[in-house]
Amino acid sequence: MSARILIVDDEPNIVVSLEYLMKKEGFEVAVAADGEAALAQVAAFAPDLVLLDVMMPKKSGFEVCQQLRADPARAGLRIVMLTAKGRDAEVAKGVALGADAYVTKPFSTRELVAKVKSLL
Amino acid sequence: MLQGWVIVLAAFAYLGILFAIAWHADRRADAGRSLIGNPVVYALSLAVYCTAWTFYGSVGRAAATGIGFLPIYLGPTLMLALGWLVLLKVVRVAKANRITSIADFIASRYGKSQLLGGLVTVIAVVGVVPYIALQLKAVSNSFTILSHYPEIVMPDRAVAVPLWQDSALYVAAVMAAFTILFGTRHLDATERHEGMVAAIAFESVVKLVAFLAVGLFVTFGIHGGPVELFDRAREAPELARLMVADDTAGGYGRWAGLVFLSMFAALLLPRQFQIAVVENVDESHLKRAVWLFPLYMFLINLFVLPIALGGLLHFGAGGVDADTFVLTLPMAHGAEGLALLVFIGGLSAATGMIIVETIALSTMVCNDLLMPVLLRLPRLGLHERRDLSGLLLGIRRWAIALILLLGYAYFRVAGEAYALVAIGLISFAAVAQFAPALIGGLYWKGGTREGALAGLSAGFLVWAYTLLLPSFAKSGWLPEDFMSQGMFGIDLLRPQRLFGLAGLDEISHCLLWSLLANVGAYLGVSQWRTPNVREARQATRFVDGVIDRGADGWRGSARVKDLLPLAGRFVGPGRAREAFAQYARSRGAAGVEALPADAGLVHFAESLLAGAIGSASARVAVASVAKEEPIEIGEVLDILDEASQVRTANERLQELDRMKDDFISTVTHELRTPLTSIRAFSEMLNDDPKMPLAERTRFLGIIVAEAERLSRLINQILDLARLEAGRVEWIRGEVDLAGVVRESLDALGQIVKDKGAAVEMRLPGAGPVVLADRDRLVQVMLNLLSNAVKFVAPGEGRILVEVDAADGQARVAVADNGPGVRPEERELIFEKFRQGTGDGGTLTGKPQGTGLGLPISRRIVEAFGGRMWVENAPGRGARFLFTLPLKGGDNGGAIATGATGGSQ
Repeated sequence: MSARILIVDDEPNIVVSLEYLMKKEGFEVAVAADGEAALAQVAAFAPDLVLLDVMMPKKSGFEVCQQLRADPARAGLRIVMLTAKGRDAEVAKGVALGADAYVTKPFSTRELVAKVKSLL
Repeated sequence: MLQGWVIVLAAFAYLGILFAIAWHADRRADAGRSLIGNPVVYALSLAVYCTAWTFYGSVGRAAATGIGFLPIYLGPTLMLALGWLVLLKVVRVAKANRITSIADFIASRYGKSQLLGGLVTVIAVVGVVPYIALQLKAVSNSFTILSHYPEIVMPDRAVAVPLWQDSALYVAAVMAAFTILFGTRHLDATERHEGMVAAIAFESVVKLVAFLAVGLFVTFGIHGGPVELFDRAREAPELARLMVADDTAGGYGRWAGLVFLSMFAALLLPRQFQIAVVENVDESHLKRAVWLFPLYMFLINLFVLPIALGGLLHFGAGGVDADTFVLTLPMAHGAEGLALLVFIGGLSAATGMIIVETIALSTMVCNDLLMPVLLRLPRLGLHERRDLSGLLLGIRRWAIALILLLGYAYFRVAGEAYALVAIGLISFAAVAQFAPALIGGLYWKGGTREGALAGLSAGFLVWAYTLLLPSFAKSGWLPEDFMSQGMFGIDLLRPQRLFGLAGLDEISHCLLWSLLANVGAYLGVSQWRTPNVREARQATRFVDGVIDRGADGWRGSARVKDLLPLAGRFVGPGRAREAFAQYARSRGAAGVEALPADAGLVHFAESLLAGAIGSASARVAVASVAKEEPIEIGEVLDILDEASQVRTANERLQELDRMKDDFISTVTHELRTPLTSIRAFSEMLNDDPKMPLAERTRFLGIIVAEAERLSRLINQILDLARLEAGRVEWIRGEVDLAGVVRESLDALGQIVKDKGAAVEMRLPGAGPVVLADRDRLVQVMLNLLSNAVKFVAPGEGRILVEVDAADGQARVAVADNGPGVRPEERELIFEKFRQGTGDGGTLTGKPQGTGLGLPISRRIVEAFGGRMWVENAPGRGARFLFTLPLKGGDNGGAIATGATGGSQ
C-alpha cells in the first residue's frame, strides 16, 4: 500500500505543484487549504506524512503541528513544515514544536521529494 | 619591667610614629610628590578592615567554633575577588560626583536628598558605635592584662570599676585627641587625607607583623611546629571538633550569612567606604588590591587556629578568656618583648579603625546632618560669616569626641555581655542596610528618594529591634521578659524569634528579616511613583556613569562676586580663588572676574563646595546666593510634557522600526510565494520531458501568471516606496472624474463580463473637475473596480459606481454586493499586505492580489488633498469612497462648478 500524503497550503498553484510531484512518486494525496481543514483531513484521510505550510489563514502551520503532536494516537505521523520565512528562529520553532523536517520556499523539487521519501 | 608607665610610654611612642608618618605624607602631598600613589599602599590601607576585633577576637572565635572565624574574612576576599567590578563602579561614580562619604553617596544618588543623607548618617553612627566600643574594650583589656605581668589576671567587669579608674575612658579620650589632631588639622576641598592613608598602611604592617610573630612563637617556639601542635590538639577530644566545619544545615546557613554580611561590610562600613572609595587616588590600584588584600587576609588568618589551639592546650577551657590568648600566651611563657609588641599590634589595629571610622563619621555628621540644618537657620547668620572653615572643623572635632564618648557609653552599658566578635557583627548587620539603596541605586534607575528612605528606615528599625535592643536587654538595661516574651508580651514579637522564626542564630535572624523589610520597602515604595527630574538625572549619572558637564539642572545664575566668597567661606579664600582661576582658564575667560554669570558657573561652584561639605549641603549653600529662577508650575508641566513627548517619539520610532521589519519580512514572504511556484513548475517541466501536452500547457500558464504576479508585486512595492518617500512626479492637470470612471470601466470590461457582474453607473455626463494626475486617478479607479469584481460571487455580482459633488468636494463611491468588510478590518485593509478575509470566504480561502492596491490608492488620493475610506453598502457588501477637492476657489473650498449633482 502506498503512503498517504496530506498537502496543506493556501496557495493554489503551490498545491498543484506539490500534488503533481507526490502523485508522480506514487503516493496517495489529499489537499487542505487552511489549518482547520488540515486537522479535519488528518482525521478523515489518516495520512502518513503532512506537507504543512506555515502562513495560512484561520490556523497557522505551527498551531496545526502543535495540535497534531499533542495527539498520542498520531505519534507516527511525519510532519514537514514548508515556509517562505527561512529565519533561524522560525526553523527552531518548527523543530521545537515537533516537526520532522523544515523546508524553505522556494524549494528544490528533487530535494523535497528526497526528503519526503527518506522520512517514509 | 612591664610597669604601667612603660606600656603607656610605648603606646605614646607608637602613636607619635604614626603621627610623624602622617605629617610627612601630608607634606609630601602638598609638595606634589604623593607617598600613597602606590597600589601596595592602597591594598594595605584597605586592611583597616582588620581591627582589634580581628587581632584578638578571631582567636577567641576560633577557640569557640574552630574554623567558624573564617567567614568574616572570606566575605571581603570575595568582595574584592568577585565584586571588584561593583567596587570599581562605586569608585568611578564617587570620583565623578565628588562624593565625600557613604551618606553623601546615597543622598546624591537619590536627587541630593538631605533627609536621606541624614538618615544614613544616623544609621551609621548608631550602627558603628558598638564597633568603636569594641575597640576601646580591646585596648583597655589588653592594657589591664599586660600591666599585671607576670600574673595573668582577667580584667574586672567594666561596670564594677569606678569611672575615673576605668582605663577604657582614658583610651577613649586619648583616641579622640589623637584623631582630632590627625584628621582635622585642615579642611580639604576633596575630603582626602593622604597622611592618614599612609599611617593606616603602616599600622596594617605593624599589626600583621605582631600577629605573625605570636603565631610563629606559639607554633615553633612553644610547640615543635604545626604538625606537633595539631597532633596534640587532636588527642584532646574537645579540641578535635574545632578543626572541622560545623557539619549541620544550621552551621552552613550561618556560614553563608556571615560571608554575605562581611562581604557588604567590606564596602559599606564608613571607614571601608572612606579608604576604598573616597581615598582612592587611582582606580588602577584596585586591580592590584584584588589579590593583595586577600593575600593580607590569608596571612593574618594563618596562625589563628594554631594560637587558639595552643591557648586551649595551655590554659584549658575557662579561666583565661580566649579573646586574650594572643597576649596571654607570650606572657605565660615569659616573652615580655613579644607581649609588648602584641599590645602595640592590638593598639595599632584599634587606632587605625577608630581614626578612619570617626573621621568618616564626623564628615558625615558635619556634611549630612548638621550643615543642612545650620544653613537653614537664618538666625545663625551663617551667610554673613566670612570664613566658615573654622566652624566646619569645630563641628568635626566635636563630632569625633562625641562619637567616641558614645562608644564608651555603649561599652559601659552593653560591652561586657558580648564577646568581641558578637559586638562587631551587630555593626556589620547595621551597615548592611545600606546595600539595597547603594547597590540598587548603581544598577536600577527606578529607585526613588522615598523608596530609599523607606528601605533604610525599615531595615534599620528591624535591626534595632532584633539586635540592638537585645544587646541592651542582655546587659540588664532593658527588662528580661522583653527577650523571652516579646514586646507587649506578644509571642510573635520576640526580638530574636520574630514571627516565630527559630533555628537561626541571632545575626542570620536579624539579617534575614531586616534585609527582607529593607529590600521590600525599597522596591515597593519606589514603584509608587516614577523618579522625578532630579532623581532621574542622578540615576543616569550613577547607573550609566554619564556626567553631563552642563547646567546640572540649575536654571538660575549667580555672579562671581557672590560665589567666590561663598566658596571661600567653606574651603578657605586662597584655595577658592585658585580653583576659580583654574576654572576660568578652562573656560577660556580672561580672568576670574570675566567669568560669565551662568548656570555652568553655578554648577562649578556647587561641585567645588560638594567636595568640602557634601552634595546636599552644597546645593543649599549655593541656592542661597544663586538667583534660581522660580520654576512656575506651568514650566514644570512643560518639562514633564517634553519628557513624555520624547517618550512618545521614542515609542513611535521603535514602532516604525518594528513596522519596517514586519514590512521587509512580509515582502520577502510575498515575493517567495510566486517564486516557489515558478521554480517548482520549471523544475517539474525540466525533469519530465515526456509530460503530456495538456499538463505542460497548464503548468507553463501558471509559470507565466506567477511571473506576472511577481513583476506586479515588485512594481507596486516600488510604487509604494516612492509614494511613502514623497518621490513621485505628479503630472497635475484638470481631471474630469466621470471620464476617469468611464475609462476605467472600459478597461475592465472583459473581466466584468467574465465574472457575470452587473455594473450600474450614477454619474454626470462630465465632471466634476478636480486638479490631479489623471493616470494616477485611473489607477485608483481600476483598483477599486477590480477589487469589487474580485469579491462578488460569479454571476450574481452587482456593482454600483456613483460620482457627485457637494461642499467643494467631489465624491466617488464604488459599492458591491460581495462579502463586505468587517468593521474591525475597515482601517486594516488600507495597511500594506493586509487583506480582508471577508465573511463568506472565497474558494481558495485567500483573496488574490498583492495587498498593496488599497494602500497605494489611499496615498494617491491623499496626495491630492482627498480622503478614502470604506463603509457598508446598503444591504450587503462593501462601499469604497473617496473625495477630492473640487477645482475652483483659491483654497479648494469654492462652490462646485456646473457639474454638481449626480444624474440618477
